[in-house]
Amino acid sequence: MIDKDLVQIKVAGPNATVVTLPAPTNMSLSLMELLKGNGYPIQATCGGMALCATCHVCVLEGYEQVGEPASDAEWAMLDSLFNTTDTSRLACQVRIGHACDNMLVKILGDT
Amino acid sequence: MITTDICIVGAGPVGLFAVFEAGLLGMRCHLIDVLTQPGGQLAEIYPKKPIYDIPGYPVVLAGELIQRQLEQIAPFKPTWSLGEKATDLQKNPSGDFLITTSGGNQIQAKILVIASGLGVFEPRKPPISSLDDFENKGVDYFVKNPDAYKGKKLVLAGGGDSALDWTIFLADIAAELTLVHRSSRFRAAPDSVEKVMALSQSGKVRLMLDANVTEVHGNGRLNKVVVSNKDGWPTHLDTDYFIPLFGLRPELGPLAQWGLNMDGEAIKVDNTLDYQTNIPGVYAIGDINTYPGKLKLILCGYHEAALMAQSAWKRLHPNSMFNMKYTTVNGINGF
Repeated sequence: MIDKDLVQIKVAGPNATVVTLPAPTNMSLSLMELLKGNGYPIQATCGGMALCATCHVCVLEGYEQVGEPASDAEWAMLDSLFNTTDTSRLACQVRIGHACDNMLVKILGDT
Repeated sequence: MITTDICIVGAGPVGLFAVFEAGLLGMRCHLIDVLTQPGGQLAEIYPKKPIYDIPGYPVVLAGELIQRQLEQIAPFKPTWSLGEKATDLQKNPSGDFLITTSGGNQIQAKILVIASGLGVFEPRKPPISSLDDFENKGVDYFVKNPDAYKGKKLVLAGGGDSALDWTIFLADIAAELTLVHRSSRFRAAPDSVEKVMALSQSGKVRLMLDANVTEVHGNGRLNKVVVSNKDGWPTHLDTDYFIPLFGLRPELGPLAQWGLNMDGEAIKVDNTLDYQTNIPGVYAIGDINTYPGKLKLILCGYHEAALMAQSAWKRLHPNSMFNMKYTTVNGINGF
């Protein structure tokens, strides 16, 4: 049986590996919380206010479908980084919903 | 040399409340913070954000909470080293701590309290080779003294509020000003963007968009930067100063070298007793510490500050009987 409240989030790792994480859509989780909860080493220094960039990810697949587009505050932070890509997001600003199903992300952080 | 009972590293909400709790017990405090104003991230990064979990305040703006806390600790007349980093920790033969700051100040204290939250806010530095060689020799990460740029050639980089605000301000002072931004769009406040565009049209500011500063050159002192556009095409610019303004990033800072037991970026403390670290007389409270069940809430930091102060008093008065008094009974007896 397929759980209607569960989506799949794919995380690209080193050497072309991809890990698939089941993610509940009914817990008001952010992508940052999901990644952190699954043991990825994200500091999330600011706690999810888009005030640091430790949860910076590149969305490799599904960027257009993610849901809410980046706010000015999020863009302002992304603009201050040196490894920002055209499909960068702060994971704390991406709400896990059905639109996120099968998205593929890579963790970049603040470097 | 400043002599005090308690030296507090970090003037955020928890550091400020520690002054209050220490003051109730008659202990004087000196605060050190790398930021030039008290309040830590609440004042510097999100003064206009609402906070909902401070008892007694259904909602309070971060900046307002800090103002209220400053009012609350005023009777205890804390002293300050603001805009300075605590760089070195030594122990005197007398058993007192000697803390040295980046401003060259020395603080002698019987107790050290680390309430440094996220850590030291450091400027985010662009990845340009040999940039470090020119720091304070033409490369500045902060505009501390605008007069220094009078009649000089400047290159600023960044696209946020700070980069735009300084571009507008320095355009009148500098001989030449170039602003380099990695994108073609600015996300700063719209009126700042308009002003910068107007300055660009009038020729007072040279805008280089979709571009990055990729090289810095000089002979002991900076005299040239290379700006590369999206296709990697280089432009050489003679300049006296390069000012990258890419915001601040918290770093653990010098306290990593102080011999404290750490768990990653956090200081391990004894939460069953008093939030003391592995060095007797050194406490860590608020977001910088860790222990089983740690919750990074301002509220929890306040609690830790209260317990720290009781323990610190007992360390300073080993032969006296401790008698806890409520403020409702005793009121506030300032210094």
